[in-house]
Parts: sequence; C-alpha cells; structure tokens
Amino acid sequence: MTQDTVILSIETSCDETAASVVRNGTEIMSNVVVSQIESHKRFGGVVPEVASRHHVETITLVIEQALEEAGMAPEGLSAVAVTEGPGLIGALLVGINAAKAFSFAHDLPLIPVHHIAGHIYANQLEEELEFPLVALIVSGGHTELIYMDDHLSFEVIGETRDDAVGEAYDKVARVIGLPYPGGPHVDRLSREGADTFDFPRAYLEQGSYDFSFSGLKSAVINTLHNRRQKGLEIKKEDVARSFQESAVDVLTKKTMDAVEEYEVKHLLVAGGVAANSGLRQRFESLCSEHDVKLSIPKLKFCTDNAAMIGAVAHHLYQQNHFASLDLNGRNFIDIELFV
Amino acid sequence: MKLEVNINNIEETEQLAEILGPLISGGTVMLLKGDLGAGKTTFAQCVGITLGVRRRMSSPTFNIIKSYNAENFVLHHMDCYRLENSDEDLGFDEYFNEQDVSIIEWPGFIEEFLPDEYLSVTIEKTAGDGRLFTLESNGAKYDSVLEALQNVIPSD
Repeated sequence: MTQDTVILSIETSCDETAASVVRNGTEIMSNVVVSQIESHKRFGGVVPEVASRHHVETITLVIEQALEEAGMAPEGLSAVAVTEGPGLIGALLVGINAAKAFSFAHDLPLIPVHHIAGHIYANQLEEELEFPLVALIVSGGHTELIYMDDHLSFEVIGETRDDAVGEAYDKVARVIGLPYPGGPHVDRLSREGADTFDFPRAYLEQGSYDFSFSGLKSAVINTLHNRRQKGLEIKKEDVARSFQESAVDVLTKKTMDAVEEYEVKHLLVAGGVAANSGLRQRFESLCSEHDVKLSIPKLKFCTDNAAMIGAVAHHLYQQNHFASLDLNGRNFIDIELFV
Repeated sequence: MKLEVNINNIEETEQLAEILGPLISGGTVMLLKGDLGAGKTTFAQCVGITLGVRRRMSSPTFNIIKSYNAENFVLHHMDCYRLENSDEDLGFDEYFNEQDVSIIEWPGFIEEFLPDEYLSVTIEKTAGDGRLFTLESNGAKYDSVLEALQNVIPSD
C-alpha cells in the first residue's frame, strides 16, 4: 500500500483568497475561500478591488483555517502547492510568497500549479477524469477548449481572440443596468425573455475552435443605442435571452464539434460561467443526444478555489515536479508547456 | 497638440496602427479612451502586432495587466475597467519606466497613478463602422510623435 499524499494548496490569482488541504488529489479535508466580491458587497456593492492588499490581510488566516479544519499539522503534509499563474501578478505573488515561506519553514516541497489546469482538475474532486477528454473553461478571464489524452497533458485547441465569455456577460449586464458580477443576473433575466434580437453568432473560420465575443458585445451595445435614440422600448429580458442564446450557441457548437473530431467520450465544463443554466441545459441535452459523458463540477468547485489546485498538485507530486524558492508569479504561462 | 483622424473600417484602423507603431519607443505610455465597444482592445491588438507581439493579445479586463514581449521592449496592456470606484495602486509606477511600453484602457480610473507625460487616444463611433480617433499629446516626446504622425497620415 502506498503512503497517502496530503497537500496544502493556495490560490490567490484573482479576487479569491483560498487555501485547502487535499488527500491523494481527490479527498477534500478542508476548502476555505474568502471572496473579495462578498466582502465588498457588504460595504454597499463597491466594485471588487483586486489588489494584493486584500490577499495580504487574509492569506495567513485562510491557511490557518484550512489546516485547522483539516485537523492537519504542517508535519503531516507531503507538500505545499500554489497557483503560479496566469492571473493578476500582485495577487499571485501574495499566495506564492506565503507558499514559499511555508515550504521553507516546514521543509516541504513546493509545487507550482497552472490555474487553468486547476479548473480542469476540479472535476477530479467529484469523479475520475476519463481520457481522452475535452474541457471547456469558461469564466470572467478565460474561454478555452483543451484536449487531454492523459494526466497533465494539455493541448489548447481553441481560445478567445478578444473578450472572455464571462467578461462579455459582465459588460452586457452593465449596459442593461444589472449589478456586478453580471453573469448570474443575465442568466436569471434570460429565462423570462425571448430571442427577439437575433444577435450575430461568431463562428469564425471553418474548422477554427477559437472564440470571439467582442463583436457580440458591440452588437448588443449598438442595438440598445439605436433603440434608445429612436425612443423604442427595450425589454431587458429579451436582450438577456438574445445575448445568452448567441453565446450558448457558439460555445456548445464549437465544443461538440471538438468532441466529435477528437473522438472523446468525456466532456468537462468548468469555470464560473459553467454555472449558467442556459449553458448547462444545452450541454445536457446535446451530450445525452451524442452519448457523451458530461461533467460539470458543483458551483463551489467551478469558481476559484484552492482544492482544485491541490487536485492537480497530487499528479505533479508523483512526477516530482517541484519549484525552487525563487519561484515567481507569471501573468501568462502556456499550459501546454507548464509541466 | 491634437490630431483627429477619421477611420472608415477595420482595415484603416490597422493602417493607423502601422503608421503609429514605428513612432513608439521604450517608455511610451498610451492612454486609450472610449465607450464599451468603441474598439480600444482592437486598436491595442493592432498596435501590438506592429510592435512585434506574436502572442495573441486578448482582452486584459479580467487580469487588468497583461504583459507581452514585443520586438524591442516589453509591452504592458492594461485595462482599468474593474478599478472603477477603487483607489487601489497596483504598483503602476513599476510599469511606467523608461524601458517598457504601456497601453492603458480606461485610464480615468487610475488618474492619480498616471505619469505626467503620455499620448492620449480617444476613439468614438461615427456612422456605420467608422471611428473618429482623437490623438492628444502631453509632453514634448509625444508632441514629436504627433508631428511625425501628421506628416505621414494622408489628409482627408
């Protein structure tokens, strides 16, 4: 019998300060997430500040709580893992420096983890990954299609050329007067509206798995502008529904094309936009139609968290993929070259 | 100094970037202003290509700062959209140095951290796919950029 691997993981790539203890890459012993979005809502809906100061204030408390909830002393850990990037550099550095200090103080190996790999491996906290697979990562900062034929083998087959889909959601929400973050509000409104505007679908060139949501965003803005100038009524529900239909059409069409071309039987959808009800429903019906297994992690594992970093780190630990104490944050890391 | 350029389509936006690109050197700071959907990121992408950035420049809204290797310097593509109502200093002065180039969308939200001298580019929608680019210089270095630009831009 092999010995258990218990990893403390830290994630501070954007708005969330998170730490977690995960055993063998699958069993969550603790998962602590402090969201700055939440803390700022309490102060009257201020747009979240993403600066490192907030991470600095919380990071040690979050790590302490993660260890305490897991009932784990540093001596019981196998390694400490941390998100190396991509993300906001100042935010990343807080987690990285905390992880380096912890690694040095307790003489533990340090494991650098790619944030997007984390989103994919969030699924492993609920069920095994079945290769080959295609993963669609959709969030405020990412829209990527990734093919994997084995653990830690990532091939980016498509990505956004301009705005991430979650960013388009937030910006459309803003122009129809919904609060930040706008995705959930647009999703909710869309259920009460109809696709009356028929906004463009950006499929790009034949065979491309890339995405583009900037044109859709502009189409929504232009349409609203024109109607306002003419004094015409704008039904927000219909704008939300029409926008969502366009986004969901493009995301699901490209993803299912990739599933077919790469002959995979397992599709993962992750990232904050995976919580979108329209996207979930469409994928559920398409996957059952095409006999493809669909996995969408629970919402708390779709959004940023540290348990997902611990899930990847388990495999990196087995491959002795460690960093030295000069590890630095990077706001861009190619996931194909990261292991 | 101020210069107005009327653009009719995306091809002309690319042409403007191609003319502007060679005038950008280490230390240049360019502010990009305009409403959502005006084409700030698109113009930044066009400029990036002329500066020799090979990686795809996608929107920096989420990460706020994305950095790229251009041919002769590091290019920081910033978007302060998410810093509205914030007085946060993300260490901007480290980016505004003599070697690196910064292109900044929504600079109004970090007004207090901006350097004294910069080139400001405001993009407004006109009829159809048209855009009015208003370039304003702040400082001698940028006056000469606009003078050079004025000499090569075909007048309407």
